[in-house]
Amino acid sequence: MRRQTLARALAHLAILGLLALYMLPIAWMLATSLKPDEELFTEQIRWVPSRAAWENYAHALSTFPFGLYLRNTLLVAGLTVAGVLLSCLPPAYAFARMRWRGRNFWFWVMLSTLMLPPQVTLLPVFLLFRKLGWVDTFLPLIVPAFLGNAFLIFMLRQFFLTLPQELIDAARLDGCSEWAILWRLVAPMSKPAVATVALFSFVWAWTDFMNPLIYLNDSSKFTLAVGLQYFLGRHGEQWNLLMAAATVVTAPLVLLFLLTQRAYVRGITLTGLKG
Amino acid sequence: MLYGYLFILPWLAGFLLFTLYPILATLYFSFTDYNVLGASRWVGLQNYASLLADRDYFWKSVGNTLFIMIGVPLSIGVGIGLALLLNLPLRGQAVYRALFYLPSVVPAVATAFLWVWVLNPQNGLAMPLNEGLNRLGLPAINWFTDPATAKWGFIMMDLWAIGGVMVIYLAALQGVPVHLYEAARLDGARGWQLVRHVTLPQIAPVIQYMLIIGVIGAFQYFTQTFIATRGGPENSTLFYALYLFQNAFEFFRFGHACAMAWLLFLITLLATYGVWKLTLSKAFQEA
Repeated sequence: MRRQTLARALAHLAILGLLALYMLPIAWMLATSLKPDEELFTEQIRWVPSRAAWENYAHALSTFPFGLYLRNTLLVAGLTVAGVLLSCLPPAYAFARMRWRGRNFWFWVMLSTLMLPPQVTLLPVFLLFRKLGWVDTFLPLIVPAFLGNAFLIFMLRQFFLTLPQELIDAARLDGCSEWAILWRLVAPMSKPAVATVALFSFVWAWTDFMNPLIYLNDSSKFTLAVGLQYFLGRHGEQWNLLMAAATVVTAPLVLLFLLTQRAYVRGITLTGLKG
Repeated sequence: MLYGYLFILPWLAGFLLFTLYPILATLYFSFTDYNVLGASRWVGLQNYASLLADRDYFWKSVGNTLFIMIGVPLSIGVGIGLALLLNLPLRGQAVYRALFYLPSVVPAVATAFLWVWVLNPQNGLAMPLNEGLNRLGLPAINWFTDPATAKWGFIMMDLWAIGGVMVIYLAALQGVPVHLYEAARLDGARGWQLVRHVTLPQIAPVIQYMLIIGVIGAFQYFTQTFIATRGGPENSTLFYALYLFQNAFEFFRFGHACAMAWLLFLITLLATYGVWKLTLSKAFQEA
């Protein structure tokens, strides 16, 4: 028994040691964000500033139009979630629970696109959107979400496969259409998986950098991710302001993660995909 | 019968419009000289030839990309190590897991910023390390401003944001059947032997999968280097995806960029074939 207690204490110690290392950059970000200008560049590491310079946040938020970028980001992310749910549930259901010729073939095709790097398709898609006159609008960021996402369809399908077949058979015997079975029976029964899909697509849209960078030119249309990058370019050495801005952009995601941990972990484990 | 197609229609349209057509169009443009504004002109294999002859940028970017793949086995090691620790039956594990996951929640743009500041050799967290090196008579490490060490900055950054990888290993560990451990214990296996002879063989498919994801991911490495170094110093962090992006959107050499994209496609196909054989074929057979 004693040995076990000792082993446990050692394990806690090892975890806490590593944790301290992992939390160091976050602590440094928060500490820097509260430093007055004159304490940024010091001879020694200084963790606690002489006073908490909250004005950094006010300053960062006034030079960096946080409210506007937040609204843009929420608009893009919100519509992305709506599009993903509408366009991913029906294919997932068809691949999991419907019998039709060609199903295996198309499922195979879909799986084979999972690994495709975005760079391979990026350039013609850019030309296409430019031809449509959609550059400098939110459309290139939103419209593709309405046309399915292989990863999320795969994730939903895996979950649909775990639902009891008898319920679906019973609904079919009662004369329900497949469409009705999907939206009235399968979707409500899959709330955890649907929540995970919504969460993932929201976070991806929120943190996406390359697409907004390519498509948005007018700074009033920026999302938080590109807005932050733009801010960096203009305040290169004011690290306290930069860290304040980075904290403000990160905080909502941390909050969301803490509130939805279970959905996060479920999504990662259902697909083997990082969040 | 047609009903099935009706249900997959959104994805099918997306596949044709945003996957199949662009792959073919990329191939076509890779044989042309196209600066985005004018008309495209057929040049045959010239883009490929000039890329393959370009030691200063193209091959440099390939070399840099291969170099940061050192991070792939490192992330496997650190990821499994952390997952093993966080899978022990200890009090407070839920809190520990959440905290280790936290860095990967930080958006890549903010992560890149943060690490430039953390590794700032004069005023960042790297300062005490350099003071220690100085006392030992060793030269200071300048991280992102020195071509010899800049890539290591990115490798460290990725090892920090390892949460997602860790969760995947954690799930794999929890999927190992308990009776295997019991049988091994009866045979006298203890501690590290259990990990070596039970855990690792059981999670081997996950490790292989992560290996290939890591290789493909290295070729897509973009946001962090675009923010932190823009490929510098002396092109030491000019990675494949960054050079592709620059060709397309900064130098307006669309043909070159498309040739790079098509080469990336071939690399991905090769790696995906590996994944397919290892893991996805199983999910497919469940149908």
